[in-house]
Amino acid sequence: MILFILCLILFLIGLYGVMVQRNLVKIIIGLAIMEYSVILFLVLIGYISGGTVPIISESFENVLYVDPLPQAMVLTAIVIGLATKGLMLSVAIRLYKKYGTFDIRQMNTLKG
Amino acid sequence: MNALIPMYIIVPLGAAFITVILGRWLASIGKYLLNFSLLYLTGLTFYLIIYAPQTLVYRVGGFADAGGIPIAIFLVLDGFTKILLLIISLIGLMVAFYSISYTKQYTGEDKFYALFCLMLAGMFGVVIAGDIFNLYVFLEIASIASYALVAFGIEKQQLEATFKYQVLGGVSSLFILTGIGFIYWTTGTLNLADIATQLPEAGFFNIFVSVLLIGGFGLKAALFPFHSWLPDAHSSAPSPISAMLSGVLIKAVGVYVIIRLFFNIFQLNYEIAMAITVLGTLSMIIGVLLAVGQWDFKRLLAYHSISQMGYVIIGVGIGLLVLTRGGSEKVAILAITGGIFHMLNHSVFKALLFLNAGAVEYRTGTRDLKRLGGLAEKMPVTAGSSFIASMAISGIPPFNGFFSKVIIIIAAIQAGYYWLALFAVIVSVITLASFTKVQKYAFHGELHSKYKDVKEVPFSMAFSMTLLALICLVTSLLIIPGVRGAILQPAVDALLETARYSITVIGI
Repeated sequence: MILFILCLILFLIGLYGVMVQRNLVKIIIGLAIMEYSVILFLVLIGYISGGTVPIISESFENVLYVDPLPQAMVLTAIVIGLATKGLMLSVAIRLYKKYGTFDIRQMNTLKG
Repeated sequence: MNALIPMYIIVPLGAAFITVILGRWLASIGKYLLNFSLLYLTGLTFYLIIYAPQTLVYRVGGFADAGGIPIAIFLVLDGFTKILLLIISLIGLMVAFYSISYTKQYTGEDKFYALFCLMLAGMFGVVIAGDIFNLYVFLEIASIASYALVAFGIEKQQLEATFKYQVLGGVSSLFILTGIGFIYWTTGTLNLADIATQLPEAGFFNIFVSVLLIGGFGLKAALFPFHSWLPDAHSSAPSPISAMLSGVLIKAVGVYVIIRLFFNIFQLNYEIAMAITVLGTLSMIIGVLLAVGQWDFKRLLAYHSISQMGYVIIGVGIGLLVLTRGGSEKVAILAITGGIFHMLNHSVFKALLFLNAGAVEYRTGTRDLKRLGGLAEKMPVTAGSSFIASMAISGIPPFNGFFSKVIIIIAAIQAGYYWLALFAVIVSVITLASFTKVQKYAFHGELHSKYKDVKEVPFSMAFSMTLLALICLVTSLLIIPGVRGAILQPAVDALLETARYSITVIGI
């Protein structure tokens, strides 16, 4: 149970970063922290206490395995996260070249 | 016929990769690949609508059920999916043809077409995915491609809009992923049809997961409290992409999933149905109120998208409410038909309006309505098609928007939600006022001396705008019972018999 609460705290830290920070890079870091907390949550779902690595071999019969499906999901989620973070950072670099700053308060061409 | 289903993913995905690989040497290969693959998929969709009225299921890899548990990856194609496939492929084809001339102003055209194909593959995948994690993966493919496409012009405005869109889109994806985690935790399965049979009876858990998923997909669909990214992203993107985002993407990855989840997967629940209807009503009203004061052509259209998606949501929301209260089935059918019909109509006229805005910007270089004027004599095709689209969105007969709005309003009255009907009428009137302004300032009035030499747009742009204007008229025919029975009725049936989805897909 304590692990799930820690996961939630990590999620909230990330959310705080996204909502409060004014620096583009810090916002991206906040989003990354949120994503890691969700990934940890998925791994925790699949964990069975006392379970071993989910590799079936003949010498290990009647062994308790952890659930492998969340692990596959986590791998996919990590790859997707890589793509989104990469794109976000490249947009942040472009924005820095246009404005000369990472401060989001000075980027105000869009209004209304 | 089942083997044709994966084509919806293979063809656009293959086109994207071929474009990326060969684009360096054959710069124009992208536009041909995109147009031909969409032509093929549009034909395939019509073929499936006419010759395959039943639900089609395809198992990727052909794995059979293991001990009664479906372990294959399912691709499902039922009546409601077909409507979405029709919207994506038909509007996509028109927009792709329009892009042939429009993208000449950009460098790196091949990358534009590769991203366009990826976005299409993602949207098709979301619509036909039969399990919730694949749905999430395809949703991310569509989202990442759309983030990159919004920033395609790499001006200040576009980069800023795309950053906002990415942050909010990223948060919404995490909400969805958390919701999927909770679903897997309780049910032990990811297959949509299997989840429907395994989910516990209505209770705290169902409400909690529903809230997570409404938050996530509501953000993708730009429902009211989550709408702030839409006007920026949709107005800054290149015009064909605005047409795809507003006309297709928010429906395929947002509204479609909300409707599918709360009709076929989760058990009907009064509180959730009420929440969906209230969110729809709020988006309808607030969207139009924000749109009235806009002077940027595309920004105005983007706010109207929020408002018109509200109509779709209240249509299906009334259907849900009537079904949960155990009310008359006829009223539920009417409401759901209205909602789905309006979704189809909105994709046609909103795509057309964005293409019109793009045509105006292409020739005059501005989107500011105050600086335009009198373009009707210089650009007759653009002016004529935008007149038809404006009348359709404001609900003037005989255009398609009139019929769907009337169906929704009648359903609201019959279900006893008189306030909702009143709001829908008022919002429609304000929409008319707003589009009268667009017509007056952009196309009528005095011609600015700066625009004396403006010409009509090139053939490919004019052709797709004319065709879309014709489709605005043709879709009104869906009101005729015989035509409705072929296209709208299967979609409504698929939603109405809520348990049939899991029965037909996994055969329990």
